Parts: sequence; structure tokens; C-alpha cells
Amino acid sequence: MEPLKIDKENLKDILQVISKDYKTFCPQKTDKGFRDWRIINRDTEFDSEFFSYFDEVTLPKSSIKPFFFPQPETLLTFNYDPKAEDAFLPKQCLDKEPDKIDTVLFGVRPCDARSLILNDMPFKDDPYYNIRRKKIFLIGISCTKQSSTCFCLWTGGSPLGTDGLDIILHPLDDETGYVIEFISKRSEELKDTIFPEKFCSKASQSELDEIAARKEKSKSALKSMPNLAEQLKQKELMAVYNAPFWQDVAMSCINCGACTFLCPTCYCFDIQDEVVKKRGRRIRYWDSCMFPLFTQHASGHNPRGDKVKRVRNRFLHKFKYFPDRFGPVSCVGCGRCIKECPVNIDIREVIRNLLAVK
Amino acid sequence: MMKENSLKIKNPYLPYPARIEDVKVETEDGKLKTFRLIFEDDLLREKWEHIPGQFAMLSLVGHGEIPIGIASSPTEKGYLLFTVFRTGKVTNALHQLDKGARIGIRGPLGNGFPVKDELKGKNIVIIAGGFAFTTLRATLLYMLENRDQYGKITVIYGARSPGMLLYKEELEKWQKRDDLNLYVTVDREAPGWTGLVGFVPTITEQVSPSPENAAALICGPPIMIKFTMPPLEKAGWKDDQVYLSLENRMKCGIGVCGHCNVGPIYVCKDGPVFKRSELNKLPVEY
Repeated sequence: MEPLKIDKENLKDILQVISKDYKTFCPQKTDKGFRDWRIINRDTEFDSEFFSYFDEVTLPKSSIKPFFFPQPETLLTFNYDPKAEDAFLPKQCLDKEPDKIDTVLFGVRPCDARSLILNDMPFKDDPYYNIRRKKIFLIGISCTKQSSTCFCLWTGGSPLGTDGLDIILHPLDDETGYVIEFISKRSEELKDTIFPEKFCSKASQSELDEIAARKEKSKSALKSMPNLAEQLKQKELMAVYNAPFWQDVAMSCINCGACTFLCPTCYCFDIQDEVVKKRGRRIRYWDSCMFPLFTQHASGHNPRGDKVKRVRNRFLHKFKYFPDRFGPVSCVGCGRCIKECPVNIDIREVIRNLLAVK
Repeated sequence: MMKENSLKIKNPYLPYPARIEDVKVETEDGKLKTFRLIFEDDLLREKWEHIPGQFAMLSLVGHGEIPIGIASSPTEKGYLLFTVFRTGKVTNALHQLDKGARIGIRGPLGNGFPVKDELKGKNIVIIAGGFAFTTLRATLLYMLENRDQYGKITVIYGARSPGMLLYKEELEKWQKRDDLNLYVTVDREAPGWTGLVGFVPTITEQVSPSPENAAALICGPPIMIKFTMPPLEKAGWKDDQVYLSLENRMKCGIGVCGHCNVGPIYVCKDGPVFKRSELNKLPVEY
């Protein structure tokens, strides 16, 4: 489908159109000072601060993970009243209209969007996750600059990548607006509703050429990168497991788990039951392999009782176990873990160390 | 509700409702009980199938879920048996339940012992210690029901004391069979005990089962497994003839939640049964 162009000043109109029909979220400055996903409603101020996101290199503080893995998510509900006829009978808590799009994420960076393609693999048969995937529509924005912690190319991604996105906006060099590229089939169906003609125009040939040239450049940059997944798949499992550098990484790690919560592709979860006044629910919520309880048996035995084992597990899951099982590395290079790690562990250094293992 | 989740699990997190039909205290310390469960859905009760060595998540809403090996053989129709050691939050709650109580079952999960493939036609050596006998009971029963499909069957089973042995009545019955070599042992002499005395590895060494066209299925505490291997190796056993069943903390049971991984494999989905030769290539995170 032919790409459109939207002028900068019309972004506001588009957002107003979309947010009328859908719960629409966009990275916005929060009162804590950083940028994070917030809903667009009547109180949203469409000022220059708001729109600066589309020209900046900053990522929102959290990835789009919370939209697909709500924290917590109710799996089942049950009546805990022993006298009731349906006592202790679990009922599933699945959406009644699983195919209806109800949420739009506006301004998703390609790295975050790509995390969905990776998470789709382990969650292939998970009805809760799959329904959310169908209900959430993603409009991305490609990156024209990179921050010091960005490394999407390492992991097989691209600043202009469209994996996981329905629509992507490409900022034009002259800063007048964006080229709109429609990617998914459902984006074509929704085109007229969310990008109505009166706010958009046909992209000109020179604008299309500009984006095509940028894509070409990014493609050749990607080609010059070593294929991380392939290289790591060829490494002997026990050789990377027993590599001495894990001791150094673990030395500074405090097992806080911040990296796992910020990471768009860390998807491990726990399941627990809650009962309040005879009404119960079974919930799942984020868990972290950094925590000792994650693997502890009821007997007290703990297969990953040592910190070094837990640290190693997180990285090897991403760069060895996941590729061995599914193909790609389970990392999109967003760099959040580098930015937020309280003890400055740099995942890129771990990757370099892994690649150096003979 | 049963309609949407009958037989073929569409929502793998939704347990099948079942009732406790019977509870039997197995051991003298009262910490092991066998629960006989029947599905509330008639069709499911009839159509349920599993492989010996598979497990299920027992679901006690309000408390949580636990992965427990299925102790009944697929040849026992209409009910499922689970022998459960009281140790944590959920098992404690389960031990307080009585006949008629409602419970949930998710499963069958995992791979099970390859009774229909690799093990067919082989001489079988079953070695079990303590309360790890449960899925091996299922396996043994299945093999006895399909006796002509297997060669010689040898069972070595040990517990701390006579009172800690599981399935005592069945053991007595099996002792009388001539198509099965059963060695039941206890760790030390006990009043009234006339059977074997000694640890499982010692008895294994004495029995010294032949590795020829044979497979060994071993379940027990790690220490027992560790010391059972040398006598087997001495008798000429190779690691790809030895099947072990692993346990790890689990939540989902379907290879997603990330809790039970041992390197790249998930105990819940790829296991719990592994050849020793496969485990040798993995980190010891179990």
C-alpha cells in the first residue's frame, strides 16, 4: 500500500481522532521527570514538549511489555465460599471480544516493537498473551539518531525496523513531517479511520527516495554486523556456561532484578492465588530469575542458589538458550538495562565476552 | 465450562475440576498420602490418557499449584493417583483435604518414560528410593499389564524403614509374581523386617543387573542416584541406557514461565524424563 505523508502540525489531529475510538498511549513526560507511556485524554497537553519525543532519541522509561503482560494479570477467578455451589471451581478470565482492537500504542520504537516478535515464540499457545496481541495496535516511529546505549543492530534489529509494528512513521530530514508506512494487513483496513485523508497527503517521490536511501544505509550497516545468534549457537553450551568471566559479572551484580523488569524480552512469570472475602483469583505477574526464590524447591534445595548462577542464567537465556531453541537472540538492544543498572553492568560487554569464548 | 475445555486444553492454565475420591496414608510418619482423584466430567474420566512418568499440576485454588508425578498407570481407568509428600504451602493444604473435596488438575504434562518406543523389547531395571517410587509404580504397573512387550523386569526399591515404604500391599503382591524380580530393601534392621537390609546402591551392586539389551529407570534422592551409578557402570552400563526423572520448581508446566529451565531445556516440557547421557551435556541446575 502506498505510503502517506503527514505534516508535523497534523499529528495532534490524528492523535485526537485515534484517541476518540481507542485507548491511546504515547510516551509523555511524567511528573517524575522522565518519559513514559501515558494515556491520551482530554487533559493531554499537545505542546512542544509532547511532540519533541518524535524527534528525540529517548526511549520511554518502560518498554511496551506492561501492555502485553499486565502486572498483574488475572488468569482465573473462583468462589472461595465453601458453601457455594461453585465453590473452588476456577473460571477463566479471557476477553469476550478477543479480535477487536481496543488499544493503540503511538510512537513505539522499532526495538520495542521487535520484542513482540521474540516474545511471540514462547507464548505461541498462551491465550491471554495472544488476545492482547490482537487487541493492541502499534504505530511506531523510526529512529534517526542513536543514543549511547542503543545497540539494536547487534541483535538483528534496525533503527528503521518494522517487525511487530502495524504502521511506522519515518521523520523527514527537513523536520516538516513524517512518511507513514502501512505494514500489517489490519493497518490497511484501519487506514481511513486512523489516518483520515484530510490530515494526510500522498508522499512525494523525493520524500519516498529519502526514506528508501535511509533504509538502504541501515541495511548495509546491519549486513556489516556479525550475526550474533548464529555465532552463539555454534558455541559449545558448557564452554560458555563455564567461562570464567561470569564470576566478574556476578561480583558487582546485586540481583536487584531491575534489568529483568525493564527488559522488553524478559518474560518469566510467577503464578499466585489471592483471596479477598471469599472471592479469589489466580494471577500471574512478573518474576525474575535474579531472585533466589525463583528456583527454590519446597524442600529448601536451590538449583541456582548462587548469585553467579542466576546472573549467568539471565544472560545465557537471552544469548544461548533462547537462540538454541527459537533461533534469534532474546534481546532487542534497547539499552534500558545498561542505562538503569545500579552497578553499571553493560550487557554489550557480556556479549563481547561470550563471543570471545573458544 | 467443561465444554470449552474438555480433553483438548485450549486454555492451558485452566484446570479440570476433579474430586478426591479417597485418601490413603502411605507412610508411618503420615507425611505421604495417596490421593485418588476422579474428574467431574464423565467424558474426560473416560478419555483421559497419559504416559507413565508424566506429571500433572494439582491445583488448589486459594493456595496454588504443584507439579506431581502421576502415580497411577494409564491402564487404571476412571481415576488418577497422586502420592504427595507434605512439605510446602500447597502440599500442606492438600493434606488437610478429605474425601469429596474439589481439586483441579492440569495435564498430563511432560514427556514420560518411552514405554511405547525405546523401552519396548528391552530388559527393564527399575531403581527407586524413598517416595520417588510414584511414577515408577505407574511405569511398572503399565509394563506388567503389557508384560509381553518387555524382557526381564527387575525392581530395586528402598526406603528408610519398613514403615516408609510406599504401596506396601502391592509390593507383597508383586513379590509373589514369577515374571518380576523385586528387591525391596530398608536402610537398617527393623523389628519384624525379614527382607533385605542396605542402601539402594549396595543392593544394586549385589544384584548387578546385566546391561545387555536393557534400560534402567532411576528415581530417588540425588545422593542415591549419585552412588547408584558407580555399581551400574561397573556392571557395564552406559549413560544412554539410564533414564532419570528430574524435579524443579515449576509454575506454568508448559515451558513458558522460565522457572524450571536447566540450561536450554525445560524440565516441564522437554522432561521430566531424560537419559543420563543427555543430562551430562547440561549444567547441573536441578
